[in-house]
Amino acid sequence: MISNLTQAQEQQEFVVDADKRRLFDFQEIWHYKELFYFFTWRDIKIKYKQTALGFLWAILQPLLMMVIFTFFFGRALNVPSQNLPYPVFVFSGLLLWNTFSTGLTNSANSMINNAQIIKKIYFPRLVIPVSSILVAVFDFMMAFVLFIPILIFYQQPVAFSALWSWPLAILVTLTATLGPGTLLAALNVKYRDFRYVIPFLVQVLFFLTPVIYPVSMLKYPVLQYVIVLSPMYAAIELFRYPLTGAELNSTFILLSLASSVIILFAGLLYFKRTEDFFADFA
Amino acid sequence: MKPILEVHHLAKKYKIKHLSGGYLSLRERMLTAFKPGNGKAEDFWAVNDVSFEVQAGESIAIIGHNGAGKSTLLKILSKITPPTKGKIITRGRMASLLEVGTGFHPELTGRENIFFNGSLLGMKRKEIEAKFDEIIDFAGVEKFLDTPLKHYSSGMQLRLAFSVAAFLEPEILVIDEVLAVGDAEFQKKCLGKMEDVSKSGRTILFVSHDLAAVEKLCPKTILLKDGKIHMADDTGKVINHYLHTKLKASVSRELTTGLRLIEFHLGSDRIVSNATIPFDIVLEHDGDRPVINEFCIIIYTLRGFRVAILDLRNYANQFEYIENRVRITGSIVKLNLVEGEYTASLHYGINFTVGEASDLASISVSDDCNTSVRKYQPQYRGVMELDFKVN
Repeated sequence: MISNLTQAQEQQEFVVDADKRRLFDFQEIWHYKELFYFFTWRDIKIKYKQTALGFLWAILQPLLMMVIFTFFFGRALNVPSQNLPYPVFVFSGLLLWNTFSTGLTNSANSMINNAQIIKKIYFPRLVIPVSSILVAVFDFMMAFVLFIPILIFYQQPVAFSALWSWPLAILVTLTATLGPGTLLAALNVKYRDFRYVIPFLVQVLFFLTPVIYPVSMLKYPVLQYVIVLSPMYAAIELFRYPLTGAELNSTFILLSLASSVIILFAGLLYFKRTEDFFADFA
Repeated sequence: MKPILEVHHLAKKYKIKHLSGGYLSLRERMLTAFKPGNGKAEDFWAVNDVSFEVQAGESIAIIGHNGAGKSTLLKILSKITPPTKGKIITRGRMASLLEVGTGFHPELTGRENIFFNGSLLGMKRKEIEAKFDEIIDFAGVEKFLDTPLKHYSSGMQLRLAFSVAAFLEPEILVIDEVLAVGDAEFQKKCLGKMEDVSKSGRTILFVSHDLAAVEKLCPKTILLKDGKIHMADDTGKVINHYLHTKLKASVSRELTTGLRLIEFHLGSDRIVSNATIPFDIVLEHDGDRPVINEFCIIIYTLRGFRVAILDLRNYANQFEYIENRVRITGSIVKLNLVEGEYTASLHYGINFTVGEASDLASISVSDDCNTSVRKYQPQYRGVMELDFKVN
């Protein structure tokens, strides 16, 4: 028994050295994989505890927003919608947008909300913002259940051969969320000013992302280039692709992807650089 | 065989900002960027050049006064905060328990909290499932498993929290003062559990103010002082030294104009219940011999409850008056205090000034272990155990 124990010890040697800082240790993150599950699971449980409607809220929110936007933008203002019924157009956009905005807000506040844990227990800190984004993915799945009947109700044809773009769109959404999410999470620990910046930022991005209007509506090409720099542009466009059947503008998509990848790297690097000191600041 | 834990020249620096609150505000940061020198911070080495080794199966205690750097050292060892300098090598799975019940959420049920907390502490889901019954059995909360934690009493919450931690099976267990809470019965259970852990050949790193627990669990002790290792030796020796320095701490203070208390000793190295405790008090005065009307040593519990008095008023003529000093010596014949921590103060009325000099000495009383009956926990015995006879 004891000899087994000592053998195991000889095998795994762990070194903390003040002079050597590592970048992401993926092996370690993998070792803690269950924590991603547990954090996500806890947050979902807490979110819907003591609510009478429970998970229904994840469906009701986008549904009500769809109704409101359809009424004002679709009917009253006649905003074009890439030949889709406006409710389908706006719901498909809101599905991903809500994932992004909830995920971003959650993860930006996640480090502060879990400060008590950070101060007392070690684990790779990346678990926290990532799990808080996964909570938003759970809401996405709930709302997606409603998306199917909406498609049927409006008799919306779907190009099945193009359905590959749905999982891709979700992946792009996650990338687009994780970058600013980790960046803001780390900044928020250090400067609480960001607590006030986040809702404002989400609001601004909402109007700068073609969720409730198509890019083609913008008359000036320069403005279009600005809009497609929004990390969520590519995700939403990819998601609508099997519905509209319209040709994807590859320049726009690539620009948007490049923007989210750059933010992702910036976010992860900054997070990693400040991660060690979260316990001292939080 | 290589040691299970090696710590080399560990140091941690904090910057103390005198103006700012807990966290930085962007405005502050921008202001200081334009006004160099204005936001200058003072360096503070919470841990300074600490090195030690722990062999597998060895349990070590870390003691020291508040602010000696114990908590910072544990935080570095637990990887919660990185060292500024130095290196740590661990060979084996390490778990640290700086707090019980970390991550407990009032809205989650007992069962849910066990899983979340266990996972935070580094247990795999399968491990938690396998030990689940034992955990709830140890905590004694099986009836409330599916009740949200917010409906638990604080004692129940604590029992649940400790139970999860008790079933961790790391090779190195780092424990901060977590036993200082909870009811006596449960504390005993926890100590027993920790003894099992250390006897099963695992390593415990234990920080505590409870010197009795330290003596029971750890054969070796490190005494920290000002962030440095002051002494590292067998627990008995270190504790003796620690208590001694504690009593010798400078007490010099002015009682009234022209009169200073310069020495206050109560007890020797270790104080045991029912022992005879010598005391030695020296005053220094300018000018005339002082008129002492009141003079009492008062003993308090750490919570400030007044426990006992040594009324020396009537013995003022037996004090030694030599040149500009007054010396009072004697002994408490039998200190029948139950084991625990106490402090001593001096109440005085000298030259028409009445006052009290508090916290002059801390008295750490240990059990004398000389009854055949197993004693109740100190909490149940109160502060004083009376002598009696049955006719």
